[in-house]
Amino acid sequence: MNKPLDFHQRMRLPKRPLWAVFGEKALEALIRLCGVSAIIFVLAIFFFIFREALPVLFSGRFNILEFLFGVKWYPTSAVNVRYGTWALTVGSASVTLLAMVIAVPFGLGAAIYISEFCAPKIKEPLKIVIELLAAIPSVVWGFIGLTVMSKLIVAVTGAPLGVNLLNGGVILALMSVPIIVSIGEDALKAVPDSYREAALALGTTKWQLVYRVLVPAAKNGLLAAVLLGVGRAVGETMAVLMATGHAVQIPHSLVDPIRTLTANIAAELGEAPAGSDHYRVLFLTGVLLFCITFAVNMTADFVIRGVRRK
Amino acid sequence: MPHSSKGISRLSTYLFLLAAIVFLQCGGTRKKPPAAVIQVKGSDTMVNLAQAWAEEYKRVEPAVEVEVSGGGSGVGIAALIKGTIDIANASREMKAEEAEQVRHNTGKEPVEYVAGYDALAVFVHKDNPLTEISAEELAGIFAEDGQITRWSQLGVVIPGARDDKIIRISRQSSSGTYEFFRKRILHDKDFKLGSCDMNGSKEVVELVAATRTAIGYSGMGYATAGVKMLSIAPRKGEQAVAPTVENTLNKTYILARSLQMYTLGKPQGAAAKYLAWMLSDAGQKLVEQSGYVPIPPERRSRL
Repeated sequence: MNKPLDFHQRMRLPKRPLWAVFGEKALEALIRLCGVSAIIFVLAIFFFIFREALPVLFSGRFNILEFLFGVKWYPTSAVNVRYGTWALTVGSASVTLLAMVIAVPFGLGAAIYISEFCAPKIKEPLKIVIELLAAIPSVVWGFIGLTVMSKLIVAVTGAPLGVNLLNGGVILALMSVPIIVSIGEDALKAVPDSYREAALALGTTKWQLVYRVLVPAAKNGLLAAVLLGVGRAVGETMAVLMATGHAVQIPHSLVDPIRTLTANIAAELGEAPAGSDHYRVLFLTGVLLFCITFAVNMTADFVIRGVRRK
Repeated sequence: MPHSSKGISRLSTYLFLLAAIVFLQCGGTRKKPPAAVIQVKGSDTMVNLAQAWAEEYKRVEPAVEVEVSGGGSGVGIAALIKGTIDIANASREMKAEEAEQVRHNTGKEPVEYVAGYDALAVFVHKDNPLTEISAEELAGIFAEDGQITRWSQLGVVIPGARDDKIIRISRQSSSGTYEFFRKRILHDKDFKLGSCDMNGSKEVVELVAATRTAIGYSGMGYATAGVKMLSIAPRKGEQAVAPTVENTLNKTYILARSLQMYTLGKPQGAAAKYLAWMLSDAGQKLVEQSGYVPIPPERRSRL
């Protein structure tokens, strides 16, 4: 073992220049700030919308139960103002559920195809085309829903109205599929090749390899992919504003028009005078959306953690 | 010719920068900043008319820039209360509370100018056999406690429709058209929920034209070949009045209304000239062309 150096010996060693040392510390601090800023922004946003919504929560004329579970939404009524978001919550939930029922099989199937069955030559172009779907702005999707998809739905199902739950669900599915495919494919790529080699050595067919070995191994990543798709669908505003018919009602069939929480806020916030009850209730709807997304992400986190423990 | 890869990439970088600079220079004549910018916002019913005015005014006064946006009468008045615009278009009258908020927030008094008249028409699909309807039946269809939900209750059979349910097409609650219909037909009672609340006047007509069993209301000027306008009778059995220019001016049509513009105090400078131009013969010609009813000649401004 060498003797530790004394002060004078340490001072005589070649050192890095001072600006390099401080530069590195400054960069480290900057990167740390960027990381922490994400948390700061989320807290700041939550604080801001909660502050705008709070006064109406404690005013006498507002009933939180009626807000959450009332079906009547009449914010600008001349005789009887009622704020009931249940129909909107059901609208959001139903269109997201329908979108996931369509998008998850297609998305995961496409991810498995790209990862396992695809010829190498068409893999990259296919991935690029699917990512192109993600690049389409949501207002263009809404326009497609309003013009093209509505005519298609009327022709195929014979429904009287083309802008409805089905229209919104299909459009949202098309918007969520690229996310599910990208992240799902990454998750499958992350499964080590040794799994595949071991399974094939044991004599499985390609399909058995996929559903017996790969999908269970990539469970976390695939679930994360699906949940990100859900997040996109719940938060989508412009596309559902145009494609769902914007009607406040609880749907009784797939071809009934509905309205989502997001579209409701987008349509009404512009006209609500700042500081009025209507304005504050719309911010409260924002808080509600925030809580729903938070709950979905928390559930996802717990499920993934539970899956990981197994 | 450098053969190291670093040399080639540096050369191509310089060439690219040179090309970029050359490209940026040939951008045509540089535009002068406008002498004045007039912000106009509000009624979706009036937005096409406002656009037409802005474009025509560019030919009259090229130095003045007029920026027009829609969003609904409520949005325009809200912006006027905030003081961010010069002229608010509204297809309904400003409410007393809104005028109070204007005074309170900006310290100025809102001034109203009538820019034209409009008739709100009730539209049905062109294959719908109905030609007239009474105001009571309309209330029965659209009001919250209305009992009319099927076309058979009106004695109408829609050809080619599988389902008999009446599909109501309405506007979003920020719309002046919405509030006007609610005041005149529903007598301030609320609309029945479950109607498709469209963003603009044009969308209502387009959706009605695409839906056989639909009924909706929108500005008279938005009629297309795919829809039919119904004549409205005050009560069942009385004479039904059609939405026409004469019936709007002589006030026999129940859904006739005035199109308003509001400013903060008396407008000054460029905005005042623009307002006077819109209310003159030149501006009113555009009102007629857009499908609305112009103000009678004796009440126009002389320019």
